[in-house]
Amino acid sequence: MKKISLLFIAGITLLFYHCKQANTAEHTSAKPTEKSTVAEAISDLSIYNLPSTWTTQNGKEIELKELQGQVLVMVMIYTSCKAACPRLVADMRHIEEKVQAKNKDKVKYILVSIDPTVDTPERLKAFAQENKMEGNQWIFLRSTEDNTREFAATLAVNYKKISPIDFSHSNIISVFNTKGELDYQQEGLGIDYAPTIKEIEKQLASLP
Amino acid sequence: MMTHPFRLVLCLLSVLTGILLNAQQATPMQTIQSGTFTPLYGSTEEGYVKVASFQLDRFAVTNAQYLDFLNQNPSYQRSQIKGLFATKSYLSHWKGNLDYGDLHPQAPVTNISWFAAKKYCECQGKRLPTLDEWEYVAMADAQQMDAREKTAYNQYILAWYETPKTYLNPVGSTPKNYWGVYDMHGLIWEWVFDYNSIFLSGESRKDKGNDENLFCGSASINASDLMDYAAFMRYGFRGSLRANFTTKNLGFRCAKDL
Repeated sequence: MKKISLLFIAGITLLFYHCKQANTAEHTSAKPTEKSTVAEAISDLSIYNLPSTWTTQNGKEIELKELQGQVLVMVMIYTSCKAACPRLVADMRHIEEKVQAKNKDKVKYILVSIDPTVDTPERLKAFAQENKMEGNQWIFLRSTEDNTREFAATLAVNYKKISPIDFSHSNIISVFNTKGELDYQQEGLGIDYAPTIKEIEKQLASLP
Repeated sequence: MMTHPFRLVLCLLSVLTGILLNAQQATPMQTIQSGTFTPLYGSTEEGYVKVASFQLDRFAVTNAQYLDFLNQNPSYQRSQIKGLFATKSYLSHWKGNLDYGDLHPQAPVTNISWFAAKKYCECQGKRLPTLDEWEYVAMADAQQMDAREKTAYNQYILAWYETPKTYLNPVGSTPKNYWGVYDMHGLIWEWVFDYNSIFLSGESRKDKGNDENLFCGSASINASDLMDYAAFMRYGFRGSLRANFTTKNLGFRCAKDL
């Protein structure tokens, strides 16, 4: 009997520990903001509430909220994609070229991989080089499949693996304001991206 | 940050309250054997999908179980949850943060967002089932692993679609299926992990145009039989969801790798 209740306690502790661990991670991730003197609370709708960590094309581990204070232009792609992604990547490059504003250095163009098993940091780096996206404004990210699915859900991007190397996916470019709140989305391929540029410029203009 | 001794005390305390409050036993799981099947949507180049063996909760998560979770994770209570993770309708049919009012404790918890469902399962050391896993288990009736061709199976689902407020019934209200799992049809709609993997026409969501509202009907025009219609409803519904949405008849159950 005693053994059983001990086991029971151990079981519950384990269960609980697992959950609290996740909570602790959340708390930890909130820490830098608490500490920082800017001390601006992360808004309810901000993607900076996502606790996930990501790896850049340079192998650096980052959390999204380290990008706070910048305008983010995001798209989800995968590097072995031959159909839609080259167009999306071209769109991103054109948008980057066209944006004109005094705070141009305050915008980051972020390409998030939906294929984290294939898209290693090395591969993302090579992709960035091939596509001449090597400035500081370009960030390529990958994370776990779980975090990727969560991120896509947040962006309303749909994707599905349809073969060992191919995915179907939504073609959406999203603009986030400096607080990490979704500001604007353009959907579809080959559409006019002038409104997207305008939106980015509007966000940049509102910066001090 | 919490200091270690404090965390330890907190942990012990929660273990104690866990024992006192934990009238809720973990939901038993059924082992689902691996196999292949052709889903209505999302089949691969080969024309079918493979599902590896896994475990699935016998029942959907109940109000009482979810209350336990909220006690332990206050940031998921209705007044605390962030807008990114759930809209205002989250648990809106509950009386309060920790009060499900007149709802049956054993009825499935609904008005739950995908983020909340995902978090709940993680806290149990589980995960949400994938869309393919869910559909694979849901194609069974009491006798057969794949009952989709059977008239009775389809009639049952369609009759359920016409029955209001089944989400008020306790879990286990419908006969268990081939796998020993209850209520895949007849109680609630359920979240799946990759609910956002649906493409109803082409690669771009734009292709769907503005017919989201008409969607179930318009997408089923090509359906050749009732089975398609029932599945169209599920896929169409999922296609209309966002991760922070909640509805009164949408709950979830958890799965686990073997």
